[in-house]
Amino acid sequence: MNPVNYLYLAALLFTIGAAGVLIRRNAIVLFMCVELMLNACNLAFVTFSRMHGNLDGQIIAFFTMVVAAAEVVVGLAIIVSVFRARHSASVDDASLMKL
Amino acid sequence: MSSMLAAATSTTSTGEAVQFWILATVAVIGALGTILMRKAVHSALCLAGTMIVLAVFYLANGAYFLGVVQIVVYTGAIMMLFLFVVMLVGVTAADSLKETLKGQRWLAALCGLGFGILLCAGIGNASLKSFNGLGQANSGGNVEGLATLIFTKYVFAFEITGALLITAAVGAMVLTHRERTERALSQREQAERRVRTGTQVPPLPAPGVYARHNAVDVPGLLPDGTPAELSVNPTLRGRGQMRDVSGKALAQLAALEQRSARWLGRDAKGGKGAGRPGGAKGAEGAEGADRHDSANGAAGPGGADHPEDSKGVAK
Repeated sequence: MNPVNYLYLAALLFTIGAAGVLIRRNAIVLFMCVELMLNACNLAFVTFSRMHGNLDGQIIAFFTMVVAAAEVVVGLAIIVSVFRARHSASVDDASLMKL
Repeated sequence: MSSMLAAATSTTSTGEAVQFWILATVAVIGALGTILMRKAVHSALCLAGTMIVLAVFYLANGAYFLGVVQIVVYTGAIMMLFLFVVMLVGVTAADSLKETLKGQRWLAALCGLGFGILLCAGIGNASLKSFNGLGQANSGGNVEGLATLIFTKYVFAFEITGALLITAAVGAMVLTHRERTERALSQREQAERRVRTGTQVPPLPAPGVYARHNAVDVPGLLPDGTPAELSVNPTLRGRGQMRDVSGKALAQLAALEQRSARWLGRDAKGGKGAGRPGGAKGAEGAEGADRHDSANGAAGPGGADHPEDSKGVAK
């Protein structure tokens, strides 16, 4: 087996995540799909790091994880405050910028 | 030696191939479950499974530090944060199947398919026949190699990451913080207000008084046998989770318990009939009478004395 298969898997997971972002309405599930896409990118980075034989790809994947953690914290805080104002976590209901 | 480690190879070990094909299936099933499950909790659990599989792949690819970080940060922290928010927002909230844009789901699936084909075609066209492997890069230890890079070449990005994290922490606190518009009443002020308005000056009655159970959802009974609604927690009252304590409901419950006791064979050596050498039938009669009586006894405080009497009758 060639490590290229990891890249195919990463592409597949990224595609599934992107389709989920387009299909789902629940804001929390949307966020999970974004996380899935970020993870797929990380897998691609780690695989490329192995193929090239240096650790730079792993460093980038590490920074991606940090950014993903920050993004989840802020995003979930936004979801919670929107839910408090509207009693719904559906992205269809939040059609106005103001409450 | 180092030239041998750096030499390009084109295949991995058979063990890794087997591991890949098994775990990749699990990962794809988990990803599909994430987007297809209707309830957010199920989505979160499927995604957690996919992330654990990815951690194993990181380990297999020589990224030992990232594999552990993936489990600790993603499955341990981020997914649990997701689950907390799902609990806050409501576990039962399922996605609606109503389409606001006609045919949007099918178009989205089609777009996803096309995008996937495009990505895979791109990878297939690249000349990736051989790979170097991390043997040389990891020779001094994976963590040491990463640390050397982070604190030399990427030190500026690392510093910026710190600023990003502290901003995210402050942002989360600002977004979820709610200012209190008025001071909370102290206990003394609440008591004074109760006396002034004249409603329910003494403490509220306790649940379960004179009833068959002392659970919080069982209302206390007034002297005439009617349930006192005030004795049940307002939250339970609002949800309609107050237990029915009418004589009929209690008699049904007692009959059910008696049947289950007989089914389990407990009636022969039950607490009430244990002292007597009589047959199982007599004990059962006493038990039945006792249950029936305590069901009626719920209507008044005198119920506690009746079991002894009924046992005497059954003898």
